[in-house]
Amino acid sequence: MKLITVAGPPACGKTAVILKTAVELRGHAVHAGVVKFDCLATDDDERYRRHGIPVQKGLSGSICPDHYFASNIEESASWGAREELDILFTESAGLCNRCSPHIRDVAAVAVIDVLGGINAPRKVGPMLRTADYVVVTKGDIVSQAEREVFVARVRDANPRARILPVNGLSGQGAFELARLLREEAPDRADVTGSRLRYPMPGAVCSYCLGEQRIGSAHQIGNVATLDLTSAGGTP
Amino acid sequence: MNAVQDALDALCGETGVRRLTVEPGRDRRGNPEPVAPISFSAGDVVCIVGATGSGKSRLLEDIEWLAQGDTPTGRRVLVNGAAPDLSGRYSGTGRLVAQLSQNMNFVMDASVGEFLDLHAGSRGLTLDAARRGAIIDAANRLTGEALAADHQLTELSGGQSRALMIADTAMLSTSPIVLIDEIENAGIDRHQAIRLLQGEDKIVLVATHDPSLALLAPRRLVLAGGAIVDVRRRTPQEELLATRLATLDRLQERLRNDIRTGLSLDAYLSDPAVPTVPTAKENA
Repeated sequence: MKLITVAGPPACGKTAVILKTAVELRGHAVHAGVVKFDCLATDDDERYRRHGIPVQKGLSGSICPDHYFASNIEESASWGAREELDILFTESAGLCNRCSPHIRDVAAVAVIDVLGGINAPRKVGPMLRTADYVVVTKGDIVSQAEREVFVARVRDANPRARILPVNGLSGQGAFELARLLREEAPDRADVTGSRLRYPMPGAVCSYCLGEQRIGSAHQIGNVATLDLTSAGGTP
Repeated sequence: MNAVQDALDALCGETGVRRLTVEPGRDRRGNPEPVAPISFSAGDVVCIVGATGSGKSRLLEDIEWLAQGDTPTGRRVLVNGAAPDLSGRYSGTGRLVAQLSQNMNFVMDASVGEFLDLHAGSRGLTLDAARRGAIIDAANRLTGEALAADHQLTELSGGQSRALMIADTAMLSTSPIVLIDEIENAGIDRHQAIRLLQGEDKIVLVATHDPSLALLAPRRLVLAGGAIVDVRRRTPQEELLATRLATLDRLQERLRNDIRTGLSLDAYLSDPAVPTVPTAKENA
């Protein structure tokens, strides 16, 4: 089984890209399934099910969704292997741009849409910078020039990655993505002992532990302070 | 820069693609595509027709991807008569096909000038004032409402936006092939737009069912069931028809301008360009 981690900002089209790719894979008799990670609620599992794609969902609730991913990926991979999947996609919640679910020696896909603005490739941190494939969506609704500028920025942020435009509505580009994953993604049914490509943020402060009160008196642990001593500098 | 990009620039830079050939593959049922290999040369205008789902976007994907028998159609695409170097397939930049379509918008929060600088910058170029001015002038030849470097993109009218997108694609994009997908007549001179793209040595593919736009192309590829089923050459009669349709287009444009500027349209009733179909009232 090949494991493929898919990450990207909210509403960039991760589910649509995975769906279209899984359907292309089925055309090549490749059986794909999905573990969908989200935070509070999702109906995406229904979308997968409607297309006959085996799916599990995990809602992280009060826990950071990326940490929740890291502590559940081992069991998710075992589930995929038990289902006898050829390919298991994990889809992350993509809430903050600081985290990245990508794992060494596991194929890593970042999805990003051109509507996020030309600075988005720099703002979306390690989930894009450490990916093997960057899928650019929604290109059909912006000008040619903006598409070109956007892709150049993606390349600046991650010169190693293969960059592919995919239209999540028509599926244009999904054929090529499916083929790359079939041909190139390494077999990894077991990730026990594997390493994340990038560490999760250093946390553990009082708010991680459920503190709700504001004020320095209530802050303990790993707390960073914003330097506000300089003048604001009005233009 | 990186090696892949250099290789791709060499492949499809301004002078790279002189001729592109599509060798036939299969339709959706697996039957052979019933046409001979089709070649496009720099400066060619070719129209693509067919219903939704007839295979237009797959044809463009095959070209974009430089298909080598490895796509669902089994087509092969040759560049300058030979199998191309495929190293640039995934670089994401310098792609072969630039696209201009109806539903495209500017989402960038920038002025026209800043936008052109950014586009040039993404290719590692610095735009001098003369080149920038030339692109804006070219856009202004396509639209009735002049735009300027300090206008905000998001405040441009539909016609101005389309004119700027076309001029920018013609003069700043490296893609040797431009697909125009059902671009609206309103606000821009499409004939002029296609001449601009041709003049910049692009291969211009026009997907449209608008007769006056379709007849600009000497060849029409007819798609059905996932295959190119026919290549029609424009006949002398169609050429004659095209000039008459162009007269109607110009009439429409004049009417639109006069309405925009608040004029009365009464005089058009006796204009020789207006078809003289008797009205029901006149018949009575």
